[in-house]
Amino acid sequence: MTNTLHRYGDSESFRDDYILFAIPCRGKNDEGAVEKQRQFLRICARHKPANMGNGNFGSYRPCPELNPTVHWRRDTSQDYATVIEAVNKPGTVAAVFESREAAVAALREVIQADLGLSINMSTSVEGAHQCCQSTGLTRHSVEYSLGFWDPQDHLPNSQVLELSTMCGHGMVSFNMAKKMLDMVREGRRTPDQAVRTLARFCPCGVYNPIRAKRLLEQARTQQR
Amino acid sequence: MQIDPKKCVACGNCIPVCPMGAIYIDPAIQRATINYDECVECSTCFRGMSQEHLNPVLVRSVRRLAKLFRFRFEPEPDVCPTAAFVMEELEWPRIARRVFSDPLVEHKSTGIHGRGTEEVKTNDVAHRVGVGEAGYVIEFGRPGVGVRFRDIQKVTMALARLGVAFEAKNPITHLMTDQASGALKPDLLNEKILSAIVEIKSAVERVPEVLEAVQEASRQIDTVLAIGVSTRCDSSGGEKVLSGLLEEHGYTYHRAKTNLGLGRVTNVQKAKEAAGDQYLASVR
Repeated sequence: MTNTLHRYGDSESFRDDYILFAIPCRGKNDEGAVEKQRQFLRICARHKPANMGNGNFGSYRPCPELNPTVHWRRDTSQDYATVIEAVNKPGTVAAVFESREAAVAALREVIQADLGLSINMSTSVEGAHQCCQSTGLTRHSVEYSLGFWDPQDHLPNSQVLELSTMCGHGMVSFNMAKKMLDMVREGRRTPDQAVRTLARFCPCGVYNPIRAKRLLEQARTQQR
Repeated sequence: MQIDPKKCVACGNCIPVCPMGAIYIDPAIQRATINYDECVECSTCFRGMSQEHLNPVLVRSVRRLAKLFRFRFEPEPDVCPTAAFVMEELEWPRIARRVFSDPLVEHKSTGIHGRGTEEVKTNDVAHRVGVGEAGYVIEFGRPGVGVRFRDIQKVTMALARLGVAFEAKNPITHLMTDQASGALKPDLLNEKILSAIVEIKSAVERVPEVLEAVQEASRQIDTVLAIGVSTRCDSSGGEKVLSGLLEEHGYTYHRAKTNLGLGRVTNVQKAKEAAGDQYLASVR
């Protein structure tokens, strides 16, 4: 899940971005992992995550067979039950929370469940430290993001980067993020509609729609 | 990836969707077309867009009529109205593009989705990065720029000269013809991918030297890098050695991935082995 490590922003901008994920280790604790992964997701689902994914798809998904009436009546509800049921092999499962309180509450229940899988948190350095203090956990290992090195000046402005890097696999293109920023500024889409469009491109369900909505609302009046 | 010209209605919805900006409307045929050399086979267009299955002739007629009267279209921005994308069977070396660019394709070398290994995510069980060691996750092409293998090779060769250890299970390591020199398979060098990760390990005190080498090599290549550096925390969960070195040498970091130490060996055979292993037994 390096795909959650390199989100663009400073510590303050991650105040509504806490990702918990569970991962089995091949040959060490992958026997019976599928049911434990489902249990992890069921626990997270009880704490109102902003998004959730099983590595293959998240709670926002594109539809391969759209009815033409979609332009007026598109189903935009989040579907956690299918995400949980569709876990079918050992791999990473993740949930995104919009507050430290929700992440800590979910983490407490995960600790009690004693799944035996590796549990990681991806957020600001301070945010993870505070979650550990709240739950009495001692960190085992830590990986710092040193951000992007761009000596040839390829990258776009910070608003586009903030939106697009929330899918670390790069499925939310710069151009799509920019298009949604423009559509929101022009009043052609609401931030909610734009967020759902962006989140559907993230196949593993770690795109944070709450943070994206906040960024789009800010961008409406503050162009960088 | 291909676009079926019989189905495409040149609505242009797919153009901003492509992470590589490889789709454009070809004025000669009035259809969306893919720049085959720039396409990294990530499948974002094929999988990420929702698909209607409308009659292309009907859609083109309606669009022509609307254009005549200067109507402004407000279509759903992530829909292909005629399901015009066609996924191709790929052969070596082009298939490397899909393997490295589509996150839903599993790397045979690691058995997991994604571009690297489990890194420190399972360090509480796998002990990949030990006390006094630093693990590096050097990602090329991300975000949104892409990279050719020839540029990756420039950096792997620079790293090889430093004598660092390449992670054996990493997909890029598998593509090396010679780990001592960092050289990659020559028939891959011109292939473009969305991103790739090189994983190495060194003693923690070598972090500034290794990062300086990566920074120097990055100036010679036409892409972006995303850098992650990891280490194991002490018994109280503290970590001052690596963070101190990073701060001393001017590297800033805001975000981190934290392994919370809740994993343990549970596979039956491995658990028996672990029972006799003092090191593993101490792990929660």
